[in-house]
Amino acid sequence: MKHFRLIFTLLVLLPHLSSYAALNIIITQGVDNPIPVAIVPFSWDGSGVLSEDISEIVTNDLEQVGEFRALGSDNMLGLPDEENEVFYRDWRVLAQDYLLVGKISRSPGSSLVQVQYEFFDVNREIKLAGEVLTGNVTQLRDIAHEISNVVFEQVTGIRGAFTTEILYIVSDYISPELTNFRLEKADYDGRRSQILLESEEPIMSPSWSPNGQDIAYVSFETDLPRIYIQNIATGQRRQITNYPNINSSPVWSPDGSKLAMVLSKDGSPDIYVQDLNSNELIRVTEHPAIDTEPSWTPDGRSLVFMSDRTGQPQIYQMEIGANSYAVERLTYDCFQCAKAAFLPDGANLVHVRRETRQDPTYQIAILNIETLRVITLTSTSLDESPSLAPNGSMIMYGTKFDGRGVLDAVSIDGRVKFRLPSTTGDVREPSWSPFLN
Amino acid sequence: MSKQRNQIYKVSLMVISLFVLAACGSTSGTDEADAAESAGQESAGNSRGANTSSGGDRDELTQEEIRQENALRQTVFYFDFDIAEFKAADRETLTYHARNLAANSGMRIRLEGHADERGTREYNLALGERRANSILNYLIVNGASRSQIEVVSYGEERPSANGQTDQAYGRNRRVEVVVR
Repeated sequence: MKHFRLIFTLLVLLPHLSSYAALNIIITQGVDNPIPVAIVPFSWDGSGVLSEDISEIVTNDLEQVGEFRALGSDNMLGLPDEENEVFYRDWRVLAQDYLLVGKISRSPGSSLVQVQYEFFDVNREIKLAGEVLTGNVTQLRDIAHEISNVVFEQVTGIRGAFTTEILYIVSDYISPELTNFRLEKADYDGRRSQILLESEEPIMSPSWSPNGQDIAYVSFETDLPRIYIQNIATGQRRQITNYPNINSSPVWSPDGSKLAMVLSKDGSPDIYVQDLNSNELIRVTEHPAIDTEPSWTPDGRSLVFMSDRTGQPQIYQMEIGANSYAVERLTYDCFQCAKAAFLPDGANLVHVRRETRQDPTYQIAILNIETLRVITLTSTSLDESPSLAPNGSMIMYGTKFDGRGVLDAVSIDGRVKFRLPSTTGDVREPSWSPFLN
Repeated sequence: MSKQRNQIYKVSLMVISLFVLAACGSTSGTDEADAAESAGQESAGNSRGANTSSGGDRDELTQEEIRQENALRQTVFYFDFDIAEFKAADRETLTYHARNLAANSGMRIRLEGHADERGTREYNLALGERRANSILNYLIVNGASRSQIEVVSYGEERPSANGQTDQAYGRNRRVEVVVR
């Protein structure tokens, strides 16, 4: 009987494990001296096998941002699940700096589960954090990401972004006449993806509202590129532009009241700002060259954009409402610099950079506009669409791997890289959500 | 010049039907060159002084009509890297397209601009429009009406060839003429 049950459990587990392996994030580059942390498998006092392994999810979260290395449970001297079972000495022997333990139990009289976790500083022998989280069994993954947030913030002092989400575009080539385009949303690690819009015409430039409830994007569903806003929870959507020619690159202002966009209704693509309440349209740039890829400065007063007014793409900044001559050029030392956005500090500018005419490679770089120091973060050749995590720690971007579009992420110091899982099609244009809770 | 225009007008109906057929078929550059060559050889003997008013009979096409027919069959125009101006070699072909539009005021076309995947997506969307506009402006200068032509750019979103080779990139930097 016992034997039978074991086999049954394995059969149930196997498909889950194999799909997990195929979909798991690949850490492509880590740091030299990651912080050692022991994450003890959480105990479970209920029957059956839980659909999610909390300690494994926390381990993946912490390892893929690169700052941490988790101790394998095989090497642990004991498996405590609460504070009174913790012997700091055991963990110091194993050279661990931090320890996470926890237990999962049925919530009395309901179908909910309770997850109790405790997080310890091994060297100082103190408990840093601990609480009991209650939720449905289907929310175990969310609970695990919450715990990762706490651990990350306790150790680094930076708010964790493990409960954030991403938008991205997938295109599936079916036949010469048919390509399937999808706008999808997923957890930051690519798991639990969901289709928000599907079309036989291209979809581009997904962007989050600052409160994380709405998204804007460009869809060609009418045969022309037009801007739409969609509510994530209800799926309700509305077309918000129908100007002649290009309508593209919608980006929300930091206060959520306006949308910067690109319109070529007056001849060439220029930057505009539309007020979402009054529908008033303000023209920001006025130049016969291409001006596109607007992004807001953190104070919401200016826009950074790309223009090829000198012949090649370079990055410029302009205050909204200023005279069109009052443009400040921000990049000089690249053949092409494009798709720029400021980090929250307002000094470091993430962008796509092609150094020279001779070398047609595009990489993600950061320019400090005060020191003019440039750090190139990536080493692949077709990198584009950088999008910053809301805690400013990582940048996700689109690149090519084996001829297929994939999403990669890199830490802003360039030391850590990971690649998101993808199953089919060309994946591109990631957009990282704001903090959602 | 005006006599020539008149001739073109006479064959325009037939040309439209050919044009539609051609738009459905292959538009590979070498195929077109071969077709043009063989068509020229076949009809070389009786091209001069043929009666164009009867229209439908291919054997009675003038050399000029054959040139026009072949020109209108070309519906994809390729662009050099980082260049938004159409190639000089396409000038004559585009002139025929413009005259055909001028002679058929009810005709509507769509110019679809495309870019290769290098460079950022939104810039490529703008570059595709710039390429389509270079053809748009040429067609208008040569007699087409602005209201006959719609321009749309797909940027790098609808590649015609896959892969990261110069050849694939060359196929993707293009403007397609689509009869609506």
